[in-house]
Amino acid sequence: MAAIAKSSSRKPSTFWINLLLIVICFLWLVPVFGLLVSSFRTREDISSSGWWTIFPHQAWKRTSEIALTRGLPLDQPVEVLPGQRYTDAQLREGVILPDGTQMQWSNRRQRVLAISERQWTANLNFYLTNYDNVLSGRNYRYTLPDGSSQEERGDNLIGAFINTLTVAIPATVIPILIAAFAAYAFAWMRFPLRKIMFAAIIALLVVPLQAAMIPMLRDFTSMQINGTYLAVWLAHTTFGLPLATYLLYNYISQLPRETLEAAFIDGASQWTIFTQLILPLSLPALASFAIFQFLWVWNDYLVALIFLGGGGADMKVMTQRLADMVGTRGQDWHLLTAGAFVTILVPLIVFFSLQRYFVRGLLAGSVKG
Amino acid sequence: MQSTSKLSSAPPDRETANYLQVVTSLGILIATAIFLWWGFLFLRDSEGVNQLIIGAFAIVWGVAGVGLLYFGLNRFIESFSDRIRSIFQPFIFVGPAALILTWFLVIPTVRTLYLSFLDSNSVNFVGLENFVSVFTDRQMLTSFRNNLLWMVIGTFSCVSLGLLIAVLADRSRFDRVAKSIIFMPMAISFVGAAVIWRFVYYYSPPGQEQIGLLNAVISVFGAEPQAWISSFQPFNNLFLIVIMVWLQTGFAVVILSAALKGVPDDLLEAGRIDGASEGRIFFRIILPYIQGTLITVTTTILIFSLKIFDVVIAMTGGQYGTEVIATNFYRQFFINRNFGYGSAIAIVLLLAVIPVMVYNLRQLGKQEAF
Repeated sequence: MAAIAKSSSRKPSTFWINLLLIVICFLWLVPVFGLLVSSFRTREDISSSGWWTIFPHQAWKRTSEIALTRGLPLDQPVEVLPGQRYTDAQLREGVILPDGTQMQWSNRRQRVLAISERQWTANLNFYLTNYDNVLSGRNYRYTLPDGSSQEERGDNLIGAFINTLTVAIPATVIPILIAAFAAYAFAWMRFPLRKIMFAAIIALLVVPLQAAMIPMLRDFTSMQINGTYLAVWLAHTTFGLPLATYLLYNYISQLPRETLEAAFIDGASQWTIFTQLILPLSLPALASFAIFQFLWVWNDYLVALIFLGGGGADMKVMTQRLADMVGTRGQDWHLLTAGAFVTILVPLIVFFSLQRYFVRGLLAGSVKG
Repeated sequence: MQSTSKLSSAPPDRETANYLQVVTSLGILIATAIFLWWGFLFLRDSEGVNQLIIGAFAIVWGVAGVGLLYFGLNRFIESFSDRIRSIFQPFIFVGPAALILTWFLVIPTVRTLYLSFLDSNSVNFVGLENFVSVFTDRQMLTSFRNNLLWMVIGTFSCVSLGLLIAVLADRSRFDRVAKSIIFMPMAISFVGAAVIWRFVYYYSPPGQEQIGLLNAVISVFGAEPQAWISSFQPFNNLFLIVIMVWLQTGFAVVILSAALKGVPDDLLEAGRIDGASEGRIFFRIILPYIQGTLITVTTTILIFSLKIFDVVIAMTGGQYGTEVIATNFYRQFFINRNFGYGSAIAIVLLLAVIPVMVYNLRQLGKQEAF
């Protein structure tokens, strides 16, 4: 709030406003940028240096080595160069020599010292192997710095990607269709219980899905659909319906009355009006809810965890896979960063290409409320 | 607009039923039922079938099945006299939605309430015992405290930061780019965001190279690196709340800036002519004007933070004193298999949203159209 006070002088300076906005946007972008950059860095680099070292910076670069006598006692200061004695602790920390170079143990057991110079450098080793490893599901082999090699298990995010699409598309389309019919009836038909039913939909908007989950899971188990895509679609359809009906109602009820009346006078049936007039006219609203629901389903973790959890490992959606990776391989940043970026790629594309519709949907749902 | 010739192909006014149409529409309905049932069995029992085929089939099955169902029912009802049609047709349009919501949302919620009075295996009636445990259990109390932190600090930060950015963007030429950037995390899943932020908070022991951004930054200033998400309990929750603020502020920005655009210019002009400072105009004119939107945004984010789950599970698994109500629900329900206790937690969540529900219903009652 302090910033508002600052900008509340007689003439708010555009410069300060823009500067503050840029700083905020910068803070917002840095975490994602770090993830993106890291996902292209080598396994070795990512665990030994920060992603910001891709920018030019000054760092100690090893220029030469000094081998001391092996087995030289270290309990008292060692004379490395004539007249210069340093303790073991100093050499571990690194000492700055009079000529500006740094001396540090390179291999303490072998009594080898490294001399480093301060140089400009940028850490620009990029490759696509991390993506290959998280997508293909193959095992892959790494050469460690000491020359030995190590085999690691990859991840199969391509499979999870297809699973997520399989979940998300029907779970987006089906509720929209059902909700559009209901929204039309609420907006343009008069029938008993209409007010009560619509009020129930408003009430259901905020019911936490946890409240229905346990009995729902039991029903699905007795229908033997637990752990199948069918269960997830039904769950998402149910949880998406109240909002879909409400948003579409807001839009459909605002359509010009004259258009519909003209059609009625022409003798068109409700069915004809709905399919020939209302659906085409409501396309913007249908699109904005579709984006909303698609992003929600794509990013959902809880519903998939509960209703798809009983299925096999090869049915898991991407959020489940990524969460598994976080749990089991929390230190493998080369895999986690690439995996995370794969999972957020589609939502980001959908978001940036259809942002206008998405925002419109949000506004219809919230500002009116 | 559609051509009127298409629209006027409607059935003529009718006093009696058209029996041929009754028969054909019943045929359509029976065929639809068979199609839906067959598709259901295929989707339920198909194992080892290519996922793409299942997915494509599901789309066709769901959309065509639902569409045919509506079409058949509607045709059936239109074959009767106008009076009967006008009575029953609306129920065909709302019916499927009402059925699904009743079957999978309303009745389950009532059953959850019932289960919450039963023991862990849902056999014996235990009265309020589960609720007593909910409000006395140490882990539950921690989760209530944490949820309160999420709801108060998280919501306040989202809304006030959102308002600040909306006001700034309103006065800047770069408003669209800025809003896009702030809004962008809304497209990211909480699990994805958890990976992003674990990387920011990553801790290496002192002396090692810090690859986590936050520790690297404080190391530059000579401070010791910290394990942000496991130490400093209960303040480690704040580092998790930052993630929600990062994700949800964009929502507040978008909606609040739309509301700000709706503030009439002549109102602001009048204030300026009267010599009010910008701060006074903001607090005395703008804030009251967008009050309704502000309440909506606040309640939306409040409910969101009440149900917070994914981010905690993905960041800490509920350890280090970061458990929230929803993670405890999950633990009782799935890991401890204590259905009574789990249901009681779900009911507590439900009770917590009832004020919002009542508020929404009262707003609905004020709308003249209804």
